[in-house]
Amino acid sequence: MPIDWRIAIPLLLGVAALFAVPLWFGNFGVYLVMQMMLLTLFAIGFNLLLGYTGLLSFGQAGFFAVGAYVCALILQQAPSLLLGVAGGIVAAGLTALVLGYLSVKLTEIYFSMLTLSFGMMIYSLVWRWREVTGGDDGLTDIPRAPLTLPGIRIDLSELSHYYYFVLLATLIAVWLMHRIVKSPLGLTFQAIRDSAVRAEFVGIPIRRFRLLAFVIAGLYAGLAGALLAPLERTITPGYAHWTASAEPILASLIGGLYVFAGPIIGAVLFIGIKEIVVRLTDHWMLVMGVVVIVIVLGFRGGVLGTLLRWTGRDAEGKS
Amino acid sequence: MENYLYQGLIGLTYSMYLWLLAAGLTIAFGILNILNFSHGSLFMLGAYFAFTLYGVFGINFWLAVLLSALGVALVGAVMERFLFRRIYQLELPFQLLLTYGLVLVLDDIVKIIWGGAFLVPPIPPLLDGAVPLFGRPFPIYNLFILAVGALVGILLWIVFDKTWWGRMARAAAWNREMGATLGMNVPRVFTFVFMFAAALAALGGALGIPMRPVSPGLGIAMIVQAFIVTVIGGLGNLRGAFVGAIVVGMLTAYSTMLFPLFELFLPYVVMAAVLMLRPQGLLGGR
Repeated sequence: MPIDWRIAIPLLLGVAALFAVPLWFGNFGVYLVMQMMLLTLFAIGFNLLLGYTGLLSFGQAGFFAVGAYVCALILQQAPSLLLGVAGGIVAAGLTALVLGYLSVKLTEIYFSMLTLSFGMMIYSLVWRWREVTGGDDGLTDIPRAPLTLPGIRIDLSELSHYYYFVLLATLIAVWLMHRIVKSPLGLTFQAIRDSAVRAEFVGIPIRRFRLLAFVIAGLYAGLAGALLAPLERTITPGYAHWTASAEPILASLIGGLYVFAGPIIGAVLFIGIKEIVVRLTDHWMLVMGVVVIVIVLGFRGGVLGTLLRWTGRDAEGKS
Repeated sequence: MENYLYQGLIGLTYSMYLWLLAAGLTIAFGILNILNFSHGSLFMLGAYFAFTLYGVFGINFWLAVLLSALGVALVGAVMERFLFRRIYQLELPFQLLLTYGLVLVLDDIVKIIWGGAFLVPPIPPLLDGAVPLFGRPFPIYNLFILAVGALVGILLWIVFDKTWWGRMARAAAWNREMGATLGMNVPRVFTFVFMFAAALAALGGALGIPMRPVSPGLGIAMIVQAFIVTVIGGLGNLRGAFVGAIVVGMLTAYSTMLFPLFELFLPYVVMAAVLMLRPQGLLGGR
């Protein structure tokens, strides 16, 4: 495939800038960019489900929380970051496999309601299972454990060191997701989104592929959650609540559901706008609500989709 | 034994609030075909209106409740006319997201006007006090709520099954184009239906103020309850909403008493079970 320099050059510059963030900004800037990266992971996973496969889940925060809590519990026992993060991802993926198997039998609003109820089950469980999860106090003093591999031990207790770990994980995960959506698998997902009936007619086992998308989305949510635990060092049941499931949805909507980079741009804008608005007024939700309403009424392609249309290009075969 | 019966009455009272809340949600879904996340926020708005009129301005409680329902119906009219009407043709995710955007907007507007504190007005003097039932004092106000719930049930049944207006609304829901061809003003019918749904939510919210503190989190807390109830009964099914409300109210009351650890968890289990086994709901036919 020929390299499109109009995309490659800004991309390389962007990645270079990300590596330079800790050199330019203090801890707060680093923290903010990390939040953007975590929401990016959460949102691209979610959007594989909505933008590419056509399923709107309202329970993704459940998988995020599973990733966060399992990672935190592992880190409190065994100080190895890789072990914690891997554990969080696997736990979230397994949870998504079970709940997804039950969920993908339904579509449309029934799917959304079922995932909402599963997410809220996880929330209630985290809230009430005090001996393990700490109940509404959450888990505190989660260590930012060192990165240990055979023969190597990298200390990550400094925020800027941990930043590079999160950056690498994000770059790899985004690259993988890009590979997925551009592969025949990604096209299969889109075929199911555009017409489940036709997809089934050409022999695609749609439930199995919907489940696959669901599990991948769960893995990404789990990864985001697992990376969050050592960052915040305190996690509470609120991360599992359905209102937290709305965050990747809003990020994807803002950036554009039908463009690969949509949820990424959306995540950056979501965190960025929030930061600015919170400094100026208390009314962050009002601003966000108005933004959502305006996008739904007039700019359903999101920021990127709208820009692409203005420049005369189409977005993933769906506008 | 008496304890169980008493707890049943407590559960039934809660069921009636859920019924008032879910009735409007399921009517709006059944006729406009939009699942409205901001329905809980309308409930909350009804509570704030009633608190202001009754608790702050000292207007007669009944008048305050009535005015709150009317006021929220007007808010509903504006919402339907300027927002919902533009999204009937859109795909599901966009419809849901618009109503979620309204949740954010209404929550913050409430905070701007009334602040973030918990507000509790006094119980209206006429309904203060309790009567002994099953060996314990049962608040008269709860008995009154039970009566209102039953009354609203009968009223809705008459409106939608027996009146010309209700038939027109159902006809418009069944086939919008056909309704319009037959000379119905379908957009106006939809506006009235939504105002009606909003007024029901507000009625629930307004009647709840003596029992439950009014705060900005109320809308988000209630909408999930409303989803559970309407899903159990069948989305868009009015009688189903009544049954769902009884199920959830009872489940909450008895699990609080018997195994409080699972009180939060159980309603979601029932909701998920219904969706998996009978997605059209307990009373939905297919």
